[in-house]
Amino acid sequence: MMENIVSNKVKNIPSSGIRRFFDIVTEMGDAISLGVGEPDFDTPWHIREEGIYSLEKGKTVYTSNAGLKELREEICMYMHRKFDLMYSPQTQTLVTVGGSEGIDLVFRSIIEPGDEVLIPEPSFVSYKPCTVLAGGRPVPIATKVENGFKLTAEELEAHITPKTKALVLSYPNNPTGAIMEREDLEKLANVLRDKDILVISDEIYAELTYGEKHVSIANIEGMYDKTVILSGFSKAYAMTGWRLGYALGPEPLIEAMTKVHQYAIMSAPTTSQYAAIAALKNGDQDVEDMRNSYDQRRRIMREGFLSMGLECFEPLGAFYVFPSIRETGLKSEEFCEKLLYDQKVAVVPGTAFGEGGEGFIRCSYAYSIEEIKTALERIEMFVKKNI
Amino acid sequence: MRQELLELLEDNSRYAIEDLAVMIGVTPEKVEKEIKELEKEKVICGYKTLVNWDHTEKEMVTALIEVKVTPQRGEGFDKIAERIYRFREVKSVYLMSGGFDLTVIIEGKSMQEVALFVGQKLAPLEAVLSTATHFVLKKYKDHGIIFEEPKKDERMIISP
Repeated sequence: MMENIVSNKVKNIPSSGIRRFFDIVTEMGDAISLGVGEPDFDTPWHIREEGIYSLEKGKTVYTSNAGLKELREEICMYMHRKFDLMYSPQTQTLVTVGGSEGIDLVFRSIIEPGDEVLIPEPSFVSYKPCTVLAGGRPVPIATKVENGFKLTAEELEAHITPKTKALVLSYPNNPTGAIMEREDLEKLANVLRDKDILVISDEIYAELTYGEKHVSIANIEGMYDKTVILSGFSKAYAMTGWRLGYALGPEPLIEAMTKVHQYAIMSAPTTSQYAAIAALKNGDQDVEDMRNSYDQRRRIMREGFLSMGLECFEPLGAFYVFPSIRETGLKSEEFCEKLLYDQKVAVVPGTAFGEGGEGFIRCSYAYSIEEIKTALERIEMFVKKNI
Repeated sequence: MRQELLELLEDNSRYAIEDLAVMIGVTPEKVEKEIKELEKEKVICGYKTLVNWDHTEKEMVTALIEVKVTPQRGEGFDKIAERIYRFREVKSVYLMSGGFDLTVIIEGKSMQEVALFVGQKLAPLEAVLSTATHFVLKKYKDHGIIFEEPKKDERMIISP
């Protein structure tokens, strides 16, 4: 009887490629990994200390649904200071349980059955299933390495139908490390400006760009009212385990998302909210230091792949490289499994991130230089055997 | 480039020249030349290894000594500082603001050895007015490095 209890909707969602690979790696035991999607830094101590202090003071109750007023104000000041964007802390800001909750909330708040959501891929794994769970139809758009894994206006236009409800823009991108610069966004805005399509801009890696500063599509003329920004503290402040994020956007949408959030979640973790206030007030230098360190490792990583003869697009954001493994003639999953058994190194097949991922692997550089170098040496031995 | 190079080397002086070059984004030759220059200019003053001797058999004590001195005419504190820092036992000497003048950090095999040094070498110096010796009981952190067992990576081995 119990096998029939799960809804078809959920049954039909394929299990994540990452999950499958995780099981293999875990079985393996002592593999070294370039597989994680989170920082290797501990949360800066002054931020943790503030969380501890809030507990000492007995701040252990719910906050208002939208999050602590002071935190919402700090978020809005931060967005203004860093990205030149103005949001109202009262009506345009919602504190969520990580960026992930924001993704779920926005789809549940906007989708009517059959609505289409455009999802440029390769990308983070949640957009598709969250769209399906909300009753929508995900429409993947495969971005290409020759375009630097950017979404082009032509690709966007070719996929728009009368049913298109939203576009997910996830830059700086996981897994490719691609970014969208102002002129790239302008071109998309030209397509979107006169259409009723919401842009869901997942900017969780906004602080981690190397060279060009991050620009949000909400900064582009005519796009502010059509864009909801999802972001959070996980990547910028190394706070993944605190589960804290936020959504910023047009008032009616944030109000709707707050309604869903209110019934599903009540409020984001209180301790984390107090810690996050400290992060925004005094964390700029921490972010800067971590970014510099990622940048150095990024260069070591890319150089490593180039010197073993694999093509590797230069990632300008996040903390991943996405080298091509076509030279080896292996499929992504095959490459990753063989690499794991042969050299005990775990990397993630590009196919785990949707269309356009075949022929690539994702390697995270959120590891120490020594770990990265050891992993690169082993990958090189493997590649030499297969090239 | 200079600052970034120094920051990297201060953090880890064992980085290979080739890696430093890639991390900074210049040629290895440039890095090598810059390091030579920094050494010549005494911006880089040396390369050492941070050892936690507590984890070894070696017996060692560290003491921090507050020293009050009379500055010398024409030479200020420099002359007396020199007479102190030239002793082999002295690891560091800093000129201080506030309640005393010099911080002198001493390493010795035993408390007795350190006490002997203070009593026989340091305190009798003509310019030294007084000393206060504080022995280090435990080192928690030194030169930015926390002395504890290496931390295990607790992240899931694969995550999205």
